[in-house]
Amino acid sequence: MSQWKNFSKGFFKENAVFVLFLGLCPTLGVTTSAMNGLGMGLATTFVLVMSNLVVSIVKSQIPDKVRIPSFIVIIASFVTMVELVMQAYVPALFDQLGLFIPLIVVNCIVLGRAEAFASKNTVFSSIIDGLGMGLGFAMALTILGGVREILGSGSIFGFKFIHGDGMLVFVLAPGAFIVLGYLIVLINKINKKTA
Amino acid sequence: MEYIIIIISAIFVNNILLAQFLGVCPFIGVSSKVETSIGMAGAVTFVMVIATIVTYLLQKYVLDAFGIAFMQTITFILVIASLVQLVEIILKKVSPALYQALGIFLPLITTNCAVLGVAILAVQKDYNLLGSVVFAISNAIGFGLALVIFAGLREHLDMVNIPKGMKGVPIAFIVAGLLALAFMGFAGIV
Repeated sequence: MSQWKNFSKGFFKENAVFVLFLGLCPTLGVTTSAMNGLGMGLATTFVLVMSNLVVSIVKSQIPDKVRIPSFIVIIASFVTMVELVMQAYVPALFDQLGLFIPLIVVNCIVLGRAEAFASKNTVFSSIIDGLGMGLGFAMALTILGGVREILGSGSIFGFKFIHGDGMLVFVLAPGAFIVLGYLIVLINKINKKTA
Repeated sequence: MEYIIIIISAIFVNNILLAQFLGVCPFIGVSSKVETSIGMAGAVTFVMVIATIVTYLLQKYVLDAFGIAFMQTITFILVIASLVQLVEIILKKVSPALYQALGIFLPLITTNCAVLGVAILAVQKDYNLLGSVVFAISNAIGFGLALVIFAGLREHLDMVNIPKGMKGVPIAFIVAGLLALAFMGFAGIV
């Protein structure tokens, strides 16, 4: 597989959110605005790239039986780093994302890529894979956050273009499920056309 | 009274699945049959309560006592992962019947964010030990309730005539949205 294909599969063909349905908790929980979605997506991308990198370096040293716990420790270390850095430099975003930052640890995408890809491939392709999957995840979150923000509060990335409130239900919990449901239909349709 | 508020708030008002989005992966993945979702709910309840007790004690007597609270994420996930293993081994020996029933769901729980989420929330909300236990139990009940209701809905969805592109996961999400809308009606009781 060429490196370009390896990178681009995370966006449509194997998009973590729309096609594989992984990492749904942060996807639904933080996407009340496009900015939150992007922030969460980039934080996850960082963890994904770094854990893929480390896992692919140490893969031959780790005994097979303790492989999963070791991966979890590696991932948890990077999540803690992201947590501390975000708390220091972007405290507003950190407060918005709240509980979901430490929960990157249990995001199935991160452990899934470590197990399914990085533990079998070279360092370079693991980094590319992490980057592609992560950015695809960030894209999905930004789209979902954008749609919810436009419908729910009539703004995008914080720029308001209507007066008053939008359809509030889209910012609240039910809107997350409904918008994601329709987006999955749309992405399926696009994937079928290009296939 | 304080505990009653915790219970009602965790089960209905701030339902862990439908309002806080924790544990959505098993919610979408496992909940296509009522029986399996009852099994999943049982396994989650079991692990969630034990994990909350252990992490509460660890937070209080190790992390806070030595001023290393930044190790919280790593410690908690390791505790949960080893706890799941431990529960699996003990159940296999002590109660093979229960192990048979919960068996396949146990390993899945390590990556269920509801368990880690409740453990962290209980610490953040500063409950005492009894409060944390009540909080964990009621969240587990809320999780189970949503899971079982949703599984019941999905069993019927299989037989409904809907557009082809909507079949499976997309319609599940939209139904979950409607269910969340229904649960929003509970807002304001506490």
